[in-house]
Amino acid sequence: MDALVLTIIATSIPLLLAATGELIAEKSGVLNLGVEGMMLSGAVGALGAVLWLENPYYGIVAGALSGVLMASIFSIFTINFMTNQVATGLGLTIFATGLTGLAGAPLVGKTIPSLPKIEIFLLSDIPVVGSILFNQDFVAYLSIAIIIYISFFLKYSKSGIILRAVGDDHQSAHSVGYPVKKIRWYATCFGGMCAGIGGAYIPLVLTPHWSEGMTAGRGWIALALVVFASWIPWRIIVGALIFGGITIAQLVGQARGWPIPSQLLSMMPYLATIIALTMISGKLSKNNSVVPSSLGKPFFGSQ
Amino acid sequence: MITFIPRDRVSKNWIMIAPILSIAFTIFFGLLIFTFLGYNPLETLYQIFVSPFSRIDRISDILVKACPLIIIGTGLMLCFKSNVWNIGAEGQFIMGALLAGFIALSFPNIETKFFLLITILAGFVGGALWAFIPAILKTKLNVNEILVSLMLVYVAMLFIDFIVRGPLRDPMSFGFPLSKPYPEGALINKIPFPGIGFLGQLHYGILFVLLLTPISWFFVNKTLGGFKINVLGSAPQAAKFAGFKQNSITITVLLLSGGLAGVAGVIEVSANIGQLQPEVSFGYGFTAIIVAFLGRLNPTGILFAGIIIATVKLGADNAQMTMGIPKVVTGLFEGILLFFLLTGETLQKYKIKWSEGKK
Repeated sequence: MDALVLTIIATSIPLLLAATGELIAEKSGVLNLGVEGMMLSGAVGALGAVLWLENPYYGIVAGALSGVLMASIFSIFTINFMTNQVATGLGLTIFATGLTGLAGAPLVGKTIPSLPKIEIFLLSDIPVVGSILFNQDFVAYLSIAIIIYISFFLKYSKSGIILRAVGDDHQSAHSVGYPVKKIRWYATCFGGMCAGIGGAYIPLVLTPHWSEGMTAGRGWIALALVVFASWIPWRIIVGALIFGGITIAQLVGQARGWPIPSQLLSMMPYLATIIALTMISGKLSKNNSVVPSSLGKPFFGSQ
Repeated sequence: MITFIPRDRVSKNWIMIAPILSIAFTIFFGLLIFTFLGYNPLETLYQIFVSPFSRIDRISDILVKACPLIIIGTGLMLCFKSNVWNIGAEGQFIMGALLAGFIALSFPNIETKFFLLITILAGFVGGALWAFIPAILKTKLNVNEILVSLMLVYVAMLFIDFIVRGPLRDPMSFGFPLSKPYPEGALINKIPFPGIGFLGQLHYGILFVLLLTPISWFFVNKTLGGFKINVLGSAPQAAKFAGFKQNSITITVLLLSGGLAGVAGVIEVSANIGQLQPEVSFGYGFTAIIVAFLGRLNPTGILFAGIIIATVKLGADNAQMTMGIPKVVTGLFEGILLFFLLTGETLQKYKIKWSEGKK
């Protein structure tokens, strides 16, 4: 049972990180559909770095940097050249699929050591929950820290409120004197960093070797999670755990030989995404104050 | 620093120059990346852009590969023009091929080629039904069509895999996941040229493209429906005041693009494969997104764009065989190309002004 819960948590961490990063970008008004691409880059960056430097922690750094690099490409085009965000994000994913395929080709067949678990002194001795919650790897702790930080940042910090203002009405934010483009750059790059680490987590913990397109749609599910969470950070945890649970449930089902064809079981995470989006979108359209009003709209004013 | 100043009118020069410049930039950056990753840049360039033209049968294979891209791209054009983001054409392609395949396999002895009209229609219905899911969710419940259409790609891929390994598997296939071969009436033949024979894989499916491009040109430029789509995309407020029903336009363009993707699926399977297998598409649905943009969202442009992208795809196949470069590398070019094309769109509407002074 412990093992099952641990796998569910591990499966949900890439989703959690990527969705949190995207949430910040979207709060600033940037819709980056390139999450899948940024995650792939993070994965290949991490694999390369670990094979080269033989220390899984460099994988996290390399993943973050790869994600930021991809987010910078997205930012140059959408923020500075004011291109359509939806199309550019798609382009980023297509670009990254090609780039990582090329960069990952020499890595095929090589396996990397996995990220070690860190026991937290005393807390990990708490019966039942201790060994689950306080015997995790560094990235798991980091992702929870990021979520807590983000919740406070958006609600109580001055920068957080400015970020939201930029996402809700960039014209007004600009007239009050806030550097809209610069803030969006930062937010998008933060999103890239989170997606990159989320991507890095896949080879570092889940499957320790490269295969083309190994993120398998997680970036897209992360995008859906932001909507599912109605742009509220802590709800991403709930959403990510549900999706982690569904993914593991179908794997368990296949392993135990449930009398349902494996392909139909594999559809579950994707179908669940559609169902979750449908349930939440109906509510959101009645109360759309949570959706950043400038989301996806390019800002034309100079700065 | 750079500032952008709106132009009084869209620059006509840029409309022509932008795609050409974009291709030049793409090749430049592509070479840079290849060099950086340790591949011979000139040989890669030759394999990807020149080798597909080296023999006449290879040139005809470009047309064969361009065929599904142009058909899907034309459908996506309608969506993108009206700001509906259908990115699930890959799934609609699969479901079209699957429904048509099911009908074809239900009549194992049929020989008349008129049967193709039925399978193509079935493909249209299959693709359109798959696109109807995001359409209805978008218009009734305001569910994001981007995510729904994409999730349905994964569902479609798993579904055809299930069907071909399960219910429609040929018992005589020696354990391979293949359906029975299609009956004669459901196959699209290669075109025989007098005195030459066949030109590569060139098949009659190409005729569909030759019909589709002028029809879609007429629809977009000369009919009220096309006009509505253009207005909705370029001036949503105006469309609202004019009383155009946004929802019915959204549903229509999704059904049409899904249907066309389905037809592309039927043509691809009936002409090149001849039976159902777990993988029928090879990413045509995603590549067609680039084709639609490279073609500047107009039917004639998409015709050329389909041929250009098909060349790169074939070139990448060659590069994989001769140089061991993974063929997903086409994504690299497609992505960069899209970035520059979109930048070109900005430059159509804005002049760049360089100014000294504070950052």
